[in-house]
Amino acid sequence: MIAWINRTGEVLLKAVDGAGYSLALLVSASWQIGALFRSHYRVSLYRQMFICGIQTIPVTLVVSIFTGMILALNGGISLEEIGQEGILGRIVAVSMVREMGPFMTALILAASVGSAMAAELGTMKVSEEIDALKIMSIEAPRFLVLPRLLAMAIMTPVVTIYTSLVGTIGGAIISYFQYDVLFKKFETDAYEYLTAKDVYTGILKALIFGIVIAVVGCSQGLRTSGGAIGVGQATRQAVVISYLLIIVLGYYVTFIFFRVGG
Amino acid sequence: MTATALPETERVVPLVDLAGVSKSFGDFQVLRGLDLRIFPGETLVIIGRSGTGKSVTIRHIVGLLTPDSGTVRVFDREYSELSWWQRRKQSLRMGYLFQSGALLNWMTVGENVELPVLEHCRSMSAEERHDRVMEKLRLVEMENAVDKYPSEISGGMKKRAALARAIVLDPEIILYDEPTSGLDPVIANTINELINHTRKVLKATQVVVTHDMESAYMVGDRIAMLYEGRIIAEGSPNEIRNSDNAIVQQFITGSTTGPMTKDI
Repeated sequence: MIAWINRTGEVLLKAVDGAGYSLALLVSASWQIGALFRSHYRVSLYRQMFICGIQTIPVTLVVSIFTGMILALNGGISLEEIGQEGILGRIVAVSMVREMGPFMTALILAASVGSAMAAELGTMKVSEEIDALKIMSIEAPRFLVLPRLLAMAIMTPVVTIYTSLVGTIGGAIISYFQYDVLFKKFETDAYEYLTAKDVYTGILKALIFGIVIAVVGCSQGLRTSGGAIGVGQATRQAVVISYLLIIVLGYYVTFIFFRVGG
Repeated sequence: MTATALPETERVVPLVDLAGVSKSFGDFQVLRGLDLRIFPGETLVIIGRSGTGKSVTIRHIVGLLTPDSGTVRVFDREYSELSWWQRRKQSLRMGYLFQSGALLNWMTVGENVELPVLEHCRSMSAEERHDRVMEKLRLVEMENAVDKYPSEISGGMKKRAALARAIVLDPEIILYDEPTSGLDPVIANTINELINHTRKVLKATQVVVTHDMESAYMVGDRIAMLYEGRIIAEGSPNEIRNSDNAIVQQFITGSTTGPMTKDI
């Protein structure tokens, strides 16, 4: 029993320590945003934006189009029974813009970009590159974290807009071919029910998710120890923690904006 | 045995002074009250078996590690007295060559060497920066590899490129962590010559950590042997070579029998 309490305590302490480190990293990187006035930081930012945005386009394209298609296919089965398949436009568009777009994008970026950040910084840590930066008085939060954080904060909403749009198009295609809902009818229904609030909460979620993925990926990478095994652990932890936070924070943003805020 | 390699007058104020430094990692105590002084202009070589704390010692000198007890004074200032900004400034007065080179893999050799200048010499024009980078790359005979990535060059070239990066801000102290490990004897000698050449050109104080005795004799004014967390002998290369300390003799001759291996 005491051993169990000790172990639980250790896990909790580790979690609190990790959360504290991540928050400190976020504050410390954001504090140094002025570094972007210097050209080599901007180059680093553009490079990270390319990795987060352009390189993830193929996978987000496939996932989002199929997400929209699945939404339409499943929704259509139930709606067809009550003769309401004509409202598929609003269901697919609102679901994609408000929930599925940010959520799917975040999961993809956490698995691809967040894990890569943890692996890259973790490898740098175990191969003494982070120590080398420290000796050169180059702070890792400014040099390594800031460009990644900002790139994710900018590109996650951009990719989310794109995935929401592509997913909605996927839903429209299935609605047309499976349930005979004309594109025009789908579009009109979607526009009629989609509110500005749906759009900005979706984008806000994407922004929060982007920041979370970057901070978790970077902090896991910078706290890596123990060689190749440590890099593997950091990478896995970055994905697991990001997924958990995305789901929990996603719920609370929806709750705050659509239940508390009305 | 006492150090006598440099005239006594140059030994008044040590550039680096470690006094009673102890350091543990978990239950493993690496340094046990280490005392070590390094004087301006000399090249001190720290020798010792793997895992005896040679790298830990120089990591204390650059401030990467904080001692559990004891004091580390560099440039006559103790680390604990320094503010964040002063530590940052002090760090720039030191260059550190890592065992692995620790070059940033996504940057070319030229960009790696330019990085400290780009970060800390903001008033320098692009042309001046380029000249500085090429000057240091020429010093280590790496000017032809300026556009190559670390993954495209050999281990010896990586160390030379890393040395160019370590000296690009003309540091007053240069620390080398196992500069010849993993290199063939010819390349290792090239690195040794480079260490001597760098000292001559930059007139810097150098600290070399190694277990390669050829290298120690070739570059050191003074050699200090670390054993069980303390310096057990120090002196000129000749004094170390002729030491009557059984541990020193076993280490420098590489004998498998002696006091160092009696428990193995």
